[in-house]
Amino acid sequence: MTASLGSAVLVLAFLVAVFAAIAALVGRHGNRRWIDISRRCVYALCALLTACVLIIELAFARNDFSFNIVQQHSSIETPTFYKLAAMWSSQEGSLLLWAWVLSIASSVALFVTRNKLRELVPYATAVMAGIASFFTGLMLFAGGVNPFSTISPVPADGIGLNPLLQHPSMMIHPPMLYSGYVALTVPFAFAIGALITHRVDAEWIRATRRFALVAWAFLGFGLLLGARWSYTELGWGGYWAWDPVENAALMPWLVATAFLHSIMVQEKRGMLKVWNACLIVGSFSLALLGTFLVRSGVLQSIHAFGDNTVGPYLLGLIAVVLVGSAALIISRLDDLRSPKRVDSLVSRESVFLVNNLLLVALTAVIFWGTFFPLIAELFTGDKASLAAPWFDHYTTPLAILLVFFTGVGPLLAWRRVSWASAKRVFLMPTVVAIATAVALVLFSDVGHKPWALALFSLAAFSIAGIGQEFWQGAAARRSVSGGSLPAALVAVTSRNRRRYGGYVVHIGIAVVLIGIAASSSFQTNRQVTLRPGESTVVDGRKVTYVRPTESVNSEAITLGSELKVEKGNSEFALFPTRRYFRPTGSPSSGSIGSYFEGEADSRIGLKAGLRSDFWSAVEPDISAVQRRVRAADAGFKACVSGAPGTPPQCLALAAMMRRAAAEPQLRPAALAQIEALETATTKRIAHGYLSDDAPATFKMIVNPLVTWMWIGGLIALAGALIALWPTRSRRRGAPVRTEADALKEAKYREIRDAELDHASGKLSDEDFALLDAELRNEALAILDRIEERRGEEAPVP
Amino acid sequence: MPVVVNPERKRQIRLVVALGVAVLLAAALVYTSFTASTEAKEPSQLLTAAPGTSYDLTGKVVVGSVRHRGEGILFRVADREGGGQSIPVTYSGTIPDPFRGGREIVVTGEVEHGTFVGERDTLVTKCPSKFTTANDS
Repeated sequence: MTASLGSAVLVLAFLVAVFAAIAALVGRHGNRRWIDISRRCVYALCALLTACVLIIELAFARNDFSFNIVQQHSSIETPTFYKLAAMWSSQEGSLLLWAWVLSIASSVALFVTRNKLRELVPYATAVMAGIASFFTGLMLFAGGVNPFSTISPVPADGIGLNPLLQHPSMMIHPPMLYSGYVALTVPFAFAIGALITHRVDAEWIRATRRFALVAWAFLGFGLLLGARWSYTELGWGGYWAWDPVENAALMPWLVATAFLHSIMVQEKRGMLKVWNACLIVGSFSLALLGTFLVRSGVLQSIHAFGDNTVGPYLLGLIAVVLVGSAALIISRLDDLRSPKRVDSLVSRESVFLVNNLLLVALTAVIFWGTFFPLIAELFTGDKASLAAPWFDHYTTPLAILLVFFTGVGPLLAWRRVSWASAKRVFLMPTVVAIATAVALVLFSDVGHKPWALALFSLAAFSIAGIGQEFWQGAAARRSVSGGSLPAALVAVTSRNRRRYGGYVVHIGIAVVLIGIAASSSFQTNRQVTLRPGESTVVDGRKVTYVRPTESVNSEAITLGSELKVEKGNSEFALFPTRRYFRPTGSPSSGSIGSYFEGEADSRIGLKAGLRSDFWSAVEPDISAVQRRVRAADAGFKACVSGAPGTPPQCLALAAMMRRAAAEPQLRPAALAQIEALETATTKRIAHGYLSDDAPATFKMIVNPLVTWMWIGGLIALAGALIALWPTRSRRRGAPVRTEADALKEAKYREIRDAELDHASGKLSDEDFALLDAELRNEALAILDRIEERRGEEAPVP
Repeated sequence: MPVVVNPERKRQIRLVVALGVAVLLAAALVYTSFTASTEAKEPSQLLTAAPGTSYDLTGKVVVGSVRHRGEGILFRVADREGGGQSIPVTYSGTIPDPFRGGREIVVTGEVEHGTFVGERDTLVTKCPSKFTTANDS
C-alpha cells in the first residue's frame, strides 16, 4: 500500500520537477508570476521527495519486506541504526538521496535569491529543476531502480545489510559525499544562468559562493570519513589507495578548491571569468562522473559495481552538460573577456593563479591515472592500470608546491606588493622553514627522505606565515581598540570571517599533508605469525601475543587475541579480532559450519596517539576450529538420524523431530531445542580455540603522526564553518538590496581589507596609498552608477 | 640599465613558457603512464602470457578453492564471465576482508610454471555490497 503511495508521490515529484523547469523558462523574460510558480514548484518538489525518503525510511524501520529495497538491504536482525543507513547502500536509494538533497539545495538557493538576480534566476531554476527531473525520471523509467518496487509474496525476512557495511561511517560518509556532489549543482546552475543572460560579472558568484563552499566542506568531510573508514578496515589499502572511486570524489573537491580561490579574483578584480566558468562546469561534471563511476563497472575498484542500467543515462547527462556548457562559454567569450591584467607577479591574484594551475594539474594527473585503463585499451587494445606509486610520483611534488602556496597566498596583498614589504612578511616564515629543515636533518632521520623533508619545511613555512597573519591582525586590532590578545584575535576573525576562516582551512590542510607525508614515508609495516606467549619487536616496541580470545552470538563467531605492546615504561593492550559471519538473508542452514560460509571481517586493535598510531589486525589459524566444526556437524547429523551407537539424548531428539514433522504445533519447540544444542556446541568449539595453542598471523603497523591527518581535517572543517558563518547583518535579515548596493559593499569590504593589510604590516605605506586611491576611485565610480540609475528610475512627477 | 620589454610581449613570452612547460609535463605523464602500467589479464588470457612479465590478474575466485598454506593462501581464479579455464594463484600478505569464493579480485604478479604468483599485499577484493543484484548474495 505505502509502496504504491510512494510510487505515486515519486511520479508527482517528477512531473512537478518538469513543470518547474518549464515554468521557469516561460517566465524567463521577467514574468514574475511564472518565476514565482517555478520557485514554489521547487519547494513542492522538495516536500514530495522528503515524503518519498520518509516512506522508504519508515519501510526500513517497520521491516516492510514487501519493499524490494528493504528486502535486499535490511533484515529483522539488522540494528536500527543501520536500517536507517541502508537506504543509500542500494542503487535506487542512493539515487533518491541524490534527488532529495538536490531538491533541498535548490530550494535553499532559490529562497536566498528570491529577490535578487531576477534575470538569471529563471535559467538557474530551469537547470536545477531539469537535473532534478533527470534523477527522478531515472528512478521511474530506467528500469530496476525504482525505490518503490515491491515483491510478492512478501518474504518473511530480508537479506540484510552486508556486515562489512555495518560501520558507523556508513551513516554519514555516503550522505556527506552526495551532499557535496549535489551542492555543486547550485553554482553550476547559476553560472549557466549568468552565461545565458550575459550577466557574467561577479553577481552569480556572490549569490552562490556559499553553496560552493558548503559543497567543498561536505566533499572534504566525506573524503576524510572515507579515509578514516578505510584506515580501520583491513585490506582496504590504508587511508588512501588511489582507488577509482576515491579519486572520483577527490577530483571535484580539488577543482572546487581551485574555484573557491579564483572566484575571489573575479569578485575583486573582474578577471578569470572564462576560467571560473570552466572550473564550475568541470567541478560539476566531475561530480556527475563520480556518481557515474560507482554505478558503471567501467573501472576496477573495491567499491563494487553491478547494475549497469543507469550508467549510460548518467554518461548522457555528463555529455550534455559538457557540450552544452562548452558551447555556451564559447558563444559568450566576448562578454567574458576582461580588460584587466594581473598587475604584478607578486600579488595575491597571481598566487591564486598558480595555485589554480597546480590544483588543475593535480586533477589532470589523477584523471589520467584513473581512466588510464580505458585510455590504454583504446590505444593498445589491452587493459592496463596504474598503481599507487605512479600516482605518488606525480602528486607528491604537486602537493609540496601546494602546501608552499597555502603559505604564500595569505602573506601577499591584492594587486601588488613592493619587494620591501614582501621581504618583511616573508622573513619570519622563511626562518622558521629553514630552522625546521635543519632541526629535522640534525635530530631525526627525515633527512633521508627529501620529499618528506621538503613537505615538512614548507608546511612549517605556511603555518608560521598564517600564524604571523593572525598575530599581526590581532595586534592591529589591539592598537585600534585595545583589549586582550585572545579577545582581539576573536574580534579580528569574526569581523573578517572569510579571510581568517580561509587561513584556518590552510592551516588544516598543511597539517593534513604533514600527517600524510609522515605516515606514508615513515610507516613500519610488519606481518608476523605468533603463538600465544610469543613476542616480536615492531619499530622498537615489544609486542607479545598474550592469549587468544573468543565469543559467539547468533550472527558470528569472533576469534581474536590479546596483544601487549611495550615501549620503555609504557605498555598497553590491544584486542584485534576476526569475526566470521553466517551468510545473511538465507535462513540458518542449521549447521555450525555456516559460520564460515558468510563474510568475515577484521576488527582492528588501534592505539592512536599524537606521535604515532599502533595498528594491528589478526588472522587466526582456524583450521583446528573448522575441523571440530565439521566433526560436530557430522556428529549432529548422525545423532538426529538415530544412527546406531548414538547416545540416548540423540534418540530422544530424533524422536522429537519425527513427532514435530507430523505435528506442526510441536515444531517451534523442537527447533528451539535443536538451536540451543547447536549454540552450546558452537560455544564449546569456540572455547576450544583458547586451548588450541594455534598460531595467528598479525599485521602490525606503526604509523607516525597519522592522527594529525584527522586533526588537520577537522581544523579545515572548522575553518570552512568560520568562513560560512553568517555575518551579523545577514543574521538580522538585512533589507533586500539591489545588485549595485551589493557591488558597493563588496568594494567597501575591499577597502577595509586593504586597511587591515596596511595596519598588519603587509602593505607598506606607499603600496597602501596607491592601492587605497585606486579602490576609492573604483568605489566612487560605483556610487556614480548607482546615482545615475536612481535618476533614471526616479518617478516622473 | 634594465631592458624595457613591452608588457604585451612579456605576457606572450610568459604564456609560451607556461604552455611549453605544460606540454613537457603532459608528455612525461603520458610516457610514464604507459611504461609504469601493468596489463590486466583474465585467466583465459594468461595462458599465453609471457613468463617474467608482471600482470594484473582480474577475475572471480572459484568457490571452494581457497586453501590456507603456511603464511599464504592458495586459490583458483576464473574469468569474470565464467567459463574458460581457471588458474591457480598463490598469495601471501594482507587478505582484504571481503575476500572469499565467488568474489571479483585483482592481484598483481607473474606466471611461474602455470601458477600465478601474487606479489605481497597487492590483492584487491571488490566490496560486494553496493549496488549489486540479488543473486550475488
